[in-house]
Amino acid sequence: MNNSMTSAKRWLWGAVIAILCLWVLVPIYLIIVNTLSSPAEVAGYPKRFWPSFDMESVQFFMGFQGVLDALWNSILVALVTMILSIGLGAPAGYALARFDFPGKNLFRIMVLMTRAFPLPLLALPLAVLFIRTGLDDTIIGLALVHTVLALPFAILITSSLFMGIPFELEEAAWTLGCTRFQAFRKAVLPLVFPGIAASAVFAFVISWNEVFAAAVLTIENRTLTAFLMQSLDESPLHLKFAGGTVLVLPALIFLFAVRKYLFAMWGIANR
Amino acid sequence: MTRYRSVLKTAAAAFILSTAAGSLPAAAEGLLFWSTQARPVEESQAMREQVLSDFGQEVDYQPQDPGPYITRLQAELEAGEGTIDVLGGLHGDFASVGDGLADLSGVDLGGAKISDTFMEVAKLGGDTQKYIPWMQATYVMAANKKALEYLPEGADVNALTYDQLIAWAAAMGEATGSPKFGIPAGPKGLKHRFIQGYLYPSFTDSMVTKFRSAEAEAMWNTFKDLWAHTTPASTNYAFMQEPLLSEEVWVAFDHTARLAEAFNQRPDDFIAFPAPAGPTGRGFMPVVAGVAVPTTAPDMASSKELVSYMMKPETQIATLKATNFFPVIDVELPDDLPAAVQISGAAIAAQASSADANPGLLPIGLGELGGKFSQVYTDTFERIVLAGQDVRAVLDEQAEALKAIMDEAGAPCWAPDEPSEGACPVE
Amino acid sequence: MQARALPYLLLLPATVFLALFFLYPFFQVALESVTNEEGFTFEHFGTMAGHWKFNSALWNTFLLAMVAVPLQVGLSLFMASIVTKMNTGRDVILYIWTIPLGISDLAAGIIWLAILEQNGFFNSLFVGLGLMEQPATILGYQNKWLLFMAVVLAEVWRATAIVLVILVAGMGLIPKEYNEAAEVFGASPWKRFFKVTLPLLRPSLQTALILRTILAFEVFAVVAALAGTNLPVLMGETYQWQFALQDRKVAAAYAMVILGISIAFTVFFLWALRVPKEAQT
Repeated sequence: MNNSMTSAKRWLWGAVIAILCLWVLVPIYLIIVNTLSSPAEVAGYPKRFWPSFDMESVQFFMGFQGVLDALWNSILVALVTMILSIGLGAPAGYALARFDFPGKNLFRIMVLMTRAFPLPLLALPLAVLFIRTGLDDTIIGLALVHTVLALPFAILITSSLFMGIPFELEEAAWTLGCTRFQAFRKAVLPLVFPGIAASAVFAFVISWNEVFAAAVLTIENRTLTAFLMQSLDESPLHLKFAGGTVLVLPALIFLFAVRKYLFAMWGIANR
Repeated sequence: MTRYRSVLKTAAAAFILSTAAGSLPAAAEGLLFWSTQARPVEESQAMREQVLSDFGQEVDYQPQDPGPYITRLQAELEAGEGTIDVLGGLHGDFASVGDGLADLSGVDLGGAKISDTFMEVAKLGGDTQKYIPWMQATYVMAANKKALEYLPEGADVNALTYDQLIAWAAAMGEATGSPKFGIPAGPKGLKHRFIQGYLYPSFTDSMVTKFRSAEAEAMWNTFKDLWAHTTPASTNYAFMQEPLLSEEVWVAFDHTARLAEAFNQRPDDFIAFPAPAGPTGRGFMPVVAGVAVPTTAPDMASSKELVSYMMKPETQIATLKATNFFPVIDVELPDDLPAAVQISGAAIAAQASSADANPGLLPIGLGELGGKFSQVYTDTFERIVLAGQDVRAVLDEQAEALKAIMDEAGAPCWAPDEPSEGACPVE
Repeated sequence: MQARALPYLLLLPATVFLALFFLYPFFQVALESVTNEEGFTFEHFGTMAGHWKFNSALWNTFLLAMVAVPLQVGLSLFMASIVTKMNTGRDVILYIWTIPLGISDLAAGIIWLAILEQNGFFNSLFVGLGLMEQPATILGYQNKWLLFMAVVLAEVWRATAIVLVILVAGMGLIPKEYNEAAEVFGASPWKRFFKVTLPLLRPSLQTALILRTILAFEVFAVVAALAGTNLPVLMGETYQWQFALQDRKVAAAYAMVILGISIAFTVFFLWALRVPKEAQT
């Protein structure tokens, strides 16, 4: 922290950071309290603010038939979505950032339309298409639909990153004898890599949390969200909260695991 | 900067792995049972473990929200091939896909006796047996025993009237400082059934024909009186068992399956009793769920076998324990039933056999307009009771919407309305 | 010649993909919204606009986007500039602040319901501390503003993280020298923020605003969890018509309206926050 800060300022600074952390963490803490409480406590009033470590609700989900398979399917679908959306999105993002060409805005708008149109309405024609082509009930099929959702993020985020990198850097590499591709790989990619990783993480999370298409398009290869969430809304309160936690935790662990890629961009900022 | 390279390699490996996994032929995992019933996770688990495990083949029971349920089903019918073997749903879930349901009249019911009315309703107005009635339930009242001391003088909880209910709700509210009566008026709550099957028959002896009558106007004003003593949090409730257990609410109306948790968790604290009566009797509505087979089922013979398995007496009793829905066939009930079944079972019997019973059936012959039909009642409720709009004006407007639906469907009247020639009129 | 074809080659995979998996089903649905048995018609739009909930759904959706999105962007800018000034513990703080990224809107709805419902943590705390006499009904139908605030609160909690990540990534690419130079010339921190950081952040800001606004017009699960049908929004009505009322044509009409509004805003942001060619380095 800045050395010129007075101690009062420093104190205020710390307090602001702490409050913002609490704002994020307290709601999550509370749902975990509910998850680890007995059904009677969850329905009761007033609530207690610390858990009684009643594991009944958690055990119910652990004993649920097929949870592990569904978890594995969720991870696979999310990984494929991540790869597809970066593979398709990063080149498009680069093109949007570096070139001016007719049809540029048209392309941007088409990309955004995919996010602006409600997916549940698209699910019916897609499901018919998938059943006819044999993509139905496969990991790849669902990942394709999730990629439609994640692609706008991938394209727009990578394009705003490429825009932030001076074009001179690439030009300098060309004068040093690099081909266009080499220049990109050696000069640009290392710089934007963390940002690309961040949009890959988005893709993963978007896929992880998607329910509707997953419920319609998978039968035997069910994802965890489709498996749990579809009926959670109508389940007794204590199971609702436990199910919510079961869904949230893997995503948090994933974010934690990839956090160094997500925020490695700080190394660059201080170049 | 070699970090990203190792990441790319890992990613590529994952991609290849998942492609391999994805292209594996889906293993045949038995029959797919696609259902809108027994959705709460505990009930679906019980369906799998206690009801379907004894069927010779493996059954994959998949409960679904109406959205994915109907989307998947429509897609399979449109594509002309599918994976769904058996469907489970309410009458309304089948009505919109009637053309895609196979004729089940040849299915062996093992001599089970199912009510003729139910069987007729299940033909969806055609000649073939579109679905087989599977289980039934209804709506009753539930109360915390603490509430009983506030019952108005001379009122019998088993033969209550709506006026007494209002007085009771008022007395509870006064004594405790906040309203203690509740109905499931949330987005997933079944409030429209309270209006269609309970209020309308009790006050107008009709569900459709007298929608905008003077009696109906009086009924809505009574409802407004009741609402004044109803907890406003009602508009968030889907299942009344939760507010009953938290004691946010002491007296409630709901579907028996949606009260079950309260009776099971604290059987000594709660009672169930029949719905109140109005000037034209004690209106109530039975609910029927059925099983059907889509024409696209991959293995028609096994599907029909599963349907006939669902109708066996043992299966029907196991289903009752798992879902709190009662058998549709005549069957001797064992003594070891869960508390909820015993408590609500008595109230259901009292309701159906009361001297002034006036049953209203679920809408018949509306096809895919069933949702819009219910929406008319929900909209009327939201406008009159919640938004406080003028009763007469709203009734006149909504009656036009109702009339348009009845004309489009061409559906004749059903009980308690008198049978009609052609579309059921809205007077 | 090759250089001129290059951008199109780079766009080709994404375009083919979207044509197949988005445009094809999209046109099928779009067609439903403007046709009936006889041919072209606007009757489904008429049915939609004539329904008594349409106006409030439109208005609520607009209002939610107008209130929630600026709050999210403002809060993220604040958080991002705090983070840029930190030297130690930055990773931990950033991780914590981006946790809601991993939480679906359904789960967020469940979490805030647990807090705000009548028997929830909010009432338990305030009654417990003696600040309130009786548990308050926050999520009742009578007070639409309270309901609205509850939804805004949950939306800001859930969706600020995504804006934060986009802005942090963008800020990371602003060369430190620019700020240092401004500091040498004696610019105050405020001035540096408005004159240096904000203009250079324009591409990221544009991306964040477009994505958040589009997602805000699709708000549904959080509203459904907290407000039920008491706060109708466009997406909720779309679901209602598609699945409960089983009228795919009117649902498609709603979807077209959502799409139209979103595109209008996208075009606006593309224009308002455009990066002039000469400013691109």
